[in-house]
Amino acid sequence: MGLKLQQSYHHSVTVKVNEQMGTKRGYTFIQANRAWLPKFLLLWVMVMAFLSTWIYKKMDADNKVRRKEVLSTMCDQRARMLQDQFSVSVNHVHALAILVSTFHYYKDPSAIDQETFAEYTARTAFERPLLSGVAYAERVVHSEREKFERQHGWTIKTMKREPSPIRDEYAPVIFSQETVSYIESLDMMSGEEDRENILRARATGKAVLTSPFRLLGSHHLGVVLTFPVYKSKLPPSPTEQERIEATAGYLGGAFDVESLVENLLGQLAGNQAILVNVYDITNSSDHLIMYGHQNQDGDLALLHESKLDFGDPFRKHQMICRYHQKAPTSWTALTTAFLFFVICLLVGYILYGAAIHIVKVEDDFHEMEELKVRAEAADVAKSQFLATVSHEIRTPMNGILGMLALLLDTDLSSTQRDYAQTAQVCGKALITLINEVLDRAKIEAGKLELETVPFDLRSILDDVLSLFSEKSRNKGVELAVFVSDKVPEMVMGDPGRFRQIITNLVGNSVKFTERGHIFVKVHLAENPKPMEDPKAETCLNGGSDEDALVSGARQFKTLSGYEAADERNSWDSFKHLVADEELRYDASVKMKAADEASQSVTLMVSVEDTGIGIPLIAQDRVFMPFMQADSSTSRNYGGTGIGLSITKCLVELMGGHISFISRPQVGSTFSFTTVFGRCKRASFSDTKKPNAEDLPSGFRGLKAVVVDGKPVRAAVTRYHLKRLGMLVEFANSVKIAASACGKNGSSCGSKTQPDIVLVEKDSWLSGEDGGLSLRTLDRQQNGHVFKSPKMILLATNITNAELEKARAAGFADTTIMKPLRASMVAACLQQVLGTGKKRQPGRGMLNGSSVLGSLLCGKKILVVDDNMVNRRVAAGALKKFGAAVECAESGKAALKLLQLPHSFDACFMDIQMPEMDGFEATRRIRMMESQANEQMNRGTEEGSIRTGEWHIPILAMTADVIHATYDECLKCGMDGYVSKPFEEENLYLAVAKFFKTKPISDS
Amino acid sequence: MDLVQLQRQFVDYKTSLYHEGFLDEQFTQLQELQDENNPDFVVEVVSLFFEDSERLLNELARALEQQNIDYKRIDAHVHQLKGSSSSIGAQRVQKVCIAFRNYCEEQNVEGCLKCLQQVRHEYSLVKTKLESLFQLEQQILTAGGSFPM
Repeated sequence: MGLKLQQSYHHSVTVKVNEQMGTKRGYTFIQANRAWLPKFLLLWVMVMAFLSTWIYKKMDADNKVRRKEVLSTMCDQRARMLQDQFSVSVNHVHALAILVSTFHYYKDPSAIDQETFAEYTARTAFERPLLSGVAYAERVVHSEREKFERQHGWTIKTMKREPSPIRDEYAPVIFSQETVSYIESLDMMSGEEDRENILRARATGKAVLTSPFRLLGSHHLGVVLTFPVYKSKLPPSPTEQERIEATAGYLGGAFDVESLVENLLGQLAGNQAILVNVYDITNSSDHLIMYGHQNQDGDLALLHESKLDFGDPFRKHQMICRYHQKAPTSWTALTTAFLFFVICLLVGYILYGAAIHIVKVEDDFHEMEELKVRAEAADVAKSQFLATVSHEIRTPMNGILGMLALLLDTDLSSTQRDYAQTAQVCGKALITLINEVLDRAKIEAGKLELETVPFDLRSILDDVLSLFSEKSRNKGVELAVFVSDKVPEMVMGDPGRFRQIITNLVGNSVKFTERGHIFVKVHLAENPKPMEDPKAETCLNGGSDEDALVSGARQFKTLSGYEAADERNSWDSFKHLVADEELRYDASVKMKAADEASQSVTLMVSVEDTGIGIPLIAQDRVFMPFMQADSSTSRNYGGTGIGLSITKCLVELMGGHISFISRPQVGSTFSFTTVFGRCKRASFSDTKKPNAEDLPSGFRGLKAVVVDGKPVRAAVTRYHLKRLGMLVEFANSVKIAASACGKNGSSCGSKTQPDIVLVEKDSWLSGEDGGLSLRTLDRQQNGHVFKSPKMILLATNITNAELEKARAAGFADTTIMKPLRASMVAACLQQVLGTGKKRQPGRGMLNGSSVLGSLLCGKKILVVDDNMVNRRVAAGALKKFGAAVECAESGKAALKLLQLPHSFDACFMDIQMPEMDGFEATRRIRMMESQANEQMNRGTEEGSIRTGEWHIPILAMTADVIHATYDECLKCGMDGYVSKPFEEENLYLAVAKFFKTKPISDS
Repeated sequence: MDLVQLQRQFVDYKTSLYHEGFLDEQFTQLQELQDENNPDFVVEVVSLFFEDSERLLNELARALEQQNIDYKRIDAHVHQLKGSSSSIGAQRVQKVCIAFRNYCEEQNVEGCLKCLQQVRHEYSLVKTKLESLFQLEQQILTAGGSFPM
C-alpha cells in the first residue's frame, strides 16, 4: 500500500512539475511504467497472500501454545492428585503393618488371628478404597517349615496351588482380607516378581510396588504393594542385614490402578477433553501401561508427560495426557487472514483500476492534444489559404478597378458613365466581400468585432442598390429605396456589416423575384403608426382569402402595384408615415434636442419583395444555416443558404432582431431593427469619411414635378430629389401636371415654374394622350418667357422602340434608368441642365487625389525600405500628393533620422528588412519616444501640457492582407498599415487618421 | 513614321504587354505617378529596377555556386527581387520569385537553380520589352506627339 501511495504522490508531483515546466508531453510516472502495472498488481497480490498466510500461522501457533499450556496444567493436576491419593492408601497399609507387628508379634500370645484380621480389614476398607484387598504373609525359614505347617494345620503351597518345593525361605499368607481370602497359605515368594518385591521391601524397609499386571479378581490392571513387618524394633539407621534379620513378615495389598485413575478423573472437570495414560517406566525401553489403552486414538501430535512418584524409589511412573480430539481448526485465524487478504486484494485492484484509468485518461488527453494541435494547424492552414486566395483575387480585381478608373477618365456618355461606375462599385464591393470572407471565420468563432464609425446610411443603401441594378433591370423588377427624413444623416455603427445585411436581403429578394418590385424602407423604429393599422394585422402571414381572390383584378397600392406580403408598406400606411413626417418635421425640431440626448437611435429596416415567397413549412427554418426552402430552390436559384443565418447573426450583434412575413406566391418582407449610435454633429463635420458621398449642391432650390400614378413610387422619387435639395410636387398624370404648369405659367408669375418634370414611364404610356399633353406642355412653356422645364423619363427598363417613341414624344433630354440613386440622378441632371460640366471626372478620383493632396501636402514623410525600387515608387507616389519625402534604406538608418527632435510628420515602414525589420525598428522608435516624453513630462510637470508628446505615426507597408500581420503591426506600436503596392484609397484611409484635412485653399 | 501609326503601335504594344502578363496594373499606377514635376519617373524607376535586379541576379548566381549554400541569404535576395518586380509591375518575374522562395524554403538546390534560370529568362524578356516600349515612347516624343493612355 505504501508503495502505491508513494506512486500516486509521485504522480501528482510529476504532474505539477510538468505543468510548471510547461512541457508538451507530460509523461507521468504511471504513464512511464504502464507496462509494469499488471506486474505490480501480481506482486501486490503475492505479497498480500504471503502476509495473510503469515498472520494465519501466527494466530494458529498462539492457539497451540495455549492448548499445550492447558494440557500440561490439567495433566500435572491429575498426576498430583493421583499421587496424593496413592500415598494416602500407602500410609494406611503402613499403619496396618504397624498394627500387625504390634498385636501379632509384640503380644504373646498373638492378639490377632485370621478372624480378627479379616474383620478389622473389612471394617477399615473404606480407608483404602483403592486396595482390592490386603493380606499378611509370615517369614518362614525352611528349618521352621514343619513346625509352621503343623501349627497352622496346612502345607505351604506355591502360587499354582501345589505344595511348595523346598526353599530357603517361605512367605505363606496367614491373614487375609475376605476379598482376597483365596490367597491364604500361598507362598508369596513362589512368584518371581513377588519374591523380588519382598526382598526389596525388607531390605529398604519401605513400601515397594510390583510392575502392573492383571489382578486375579477384577482383571483390572493393578500393582501389588508390599510392606515389611519387623519383629523387633530396629535401631536408627539400620543396615540392610539388620533389616533382613528383623523381618517377621510382609503385608501386601493389591492396588486397582485402573479404578483408582478412573475414580480420580471422574471427579475432575474436563474429563472428556483429555485422554490420560499411566505408564510404569522402570524399564526405560519397555513402558508398561498401567492405565488406558495402548492404542488409543486421539490427538497424537500433542501430549504432556507428568512424573508420578508413588513412594517407591525403584519404580518410576509417569502420566501421559493427550487431547481427546485433534485441535479444532482455528476459524478465527482463518477468517481473519482470509478477510485481510480479500480486503488487500480489493484495495490492490482499486489502485490498479485507478492507475489503468489514469493511463487511459492521459492517453486520451495526449490524443486530444495532438488532435487539437492538428486542428489548430488546419485552422492556420485555412486562414493561410483564405489569405492567399483573397490575395490572388485582389490582384486581378485591382486590374479591373484600375481599368475602370481609366475608363471613367475618358469622355463618356451619362449611361456609359453610369455603367462604368456601377462596375467599379461592384468591384469594390467584391473586394469588400473578400475581406468579409476573411471575417466569416471570425463570425463562426464568435470573435467578430463591430466597428463604430460614422457613416451615411443613405449612400450605403444607394451603393447596394446599384450592385443589383443591372440584375433587376434585366428582370424588369423595380428596385427602390426610401429613407425616412427623421433618420439622421450620419449614424455611428459598422457600415460594412450594415451593407452586408442589406446586400444579403436584397440579393435574396432579387434572386427570388421575377416581377413587381423590391423595396427597401428605413424609418425610426419608435414610430408606432404603421402598427396601429388594423388592416395590417389581419394580413400577416397567410392573409385573407378574399384578398387573394380579388388580387388579380385589383391594383395594390404598393410600389409597383403588385400585392406585397406585408401590407404595412402599402400606401395606406405609408402615407401616414410620410404625412406624419411632414407634419411633425417642424414640430419635432424641438424634440430633436431631446432625441439627440439619447445616445442611440433604433432603426427599422424592411426589405419587401413580390417574389415567390417562402413556403409555410419552410418558414421556421429560414434562419438556419444551409437550409433553403427546399432542395429544388438551390437548383433553380443557386446559393448555399448561409446568407440569412449570417444576416441574423449580424443583426443580433448590432443589437436588433430580424423577422419576416411571407406569403407564398405573393412575396416576402424581411424587417429588422438595428441600433446605431447618434453621431455628434461636430465629429462628422470635420472628419470626412469617404463613404459619405458628396452630393452636388447645385440643385438646391430647383423645383421638380413628379408625374406618377403610384403614390409610393412617387414618394421614393421625391425622397431622392429631396436629398439633392430640390422641391418636389406630385402629379397623378401628365394632364394634371400640364394643367398645373399651365396655370402657374399663365396666371401668377410669382409661383416658380418647375425646372424639371420627371415622368414615370408607366404613367406616360398609360395616358393615351401622353404625347399630346406633353407637346401642349412644351408649347405652353415656349409661349412664355420662362425657360422650358426639362423633361425626364423614369423607367425601369425600356426598349429601343420605346426610347425612340419617347424621344419623339418630347423626352429629348434624357431617360433615367431605375433604380434611382441620388448620385446617379444628380449626374443625369447635371448632364441635362448643363451644370457641373465635367467638374468631377470620377468619384474615386475626386475623393482620392484631391483629398489626399490636401492631407499630404507639405508633410514631411520618411519612407523606410531596403528595396531601392520600392523606395523610389513609394516616394514617387507620396510626392505626387505634395509630400516632402525622405528615404532610408534600413531600420538603422531610419532610427538615426528619427533621433529626437526631428521634423517628420509620418513614417512608412517596410516590415521585412535585413538586420533590423520593421517591427524591431518601430519598437525602438517608440522606446526612444517614450523616454523623451517622460523627460519632457518631468520637465513641465507644473504646466502639464501634454500637447508636445512625441508620437510619429508609423505605417507598415506590407504585401500581406492577413489579419495576423495587422495585429502584429499594432502590437509593436505601429498605427496602421498600407498594402504594397500603394493604392490611393487605401493610402487615404490609412493617412486620414493622422492628418486633418486642410482647407482646399491651402493646397 | 506617321505619328498616329506610332501611337497606335505604342498602345497595341502596351496592351500586349498587359495581355501577355509581363506587366500588371502596378505599372499603370507607376505611369500615373509621372507628371510635369517628375517627367522621367517611370524610366528612372525602371532603370533602378534593372540595376538592382542585375546585382541581385549576380549575387544569387554566386550564392548558388557556393559549396555550402546559405539559403537565408538567397531567400533575402529573392525577397528583394520579388519586392522590386512587384513594385514596377513585372508580374512574371514576381511569380517566378514566389516559386523560387518555396524551393528555397525546401532547400532544394535543383529547384533553385531552375528558378534562377527562369528568373533570368523572365527578367531579360521584360527588360527587352520595356526597353522597346521606352524606345517607342521616345520616338513619339521626338515626333512631337503625346501619349494616349
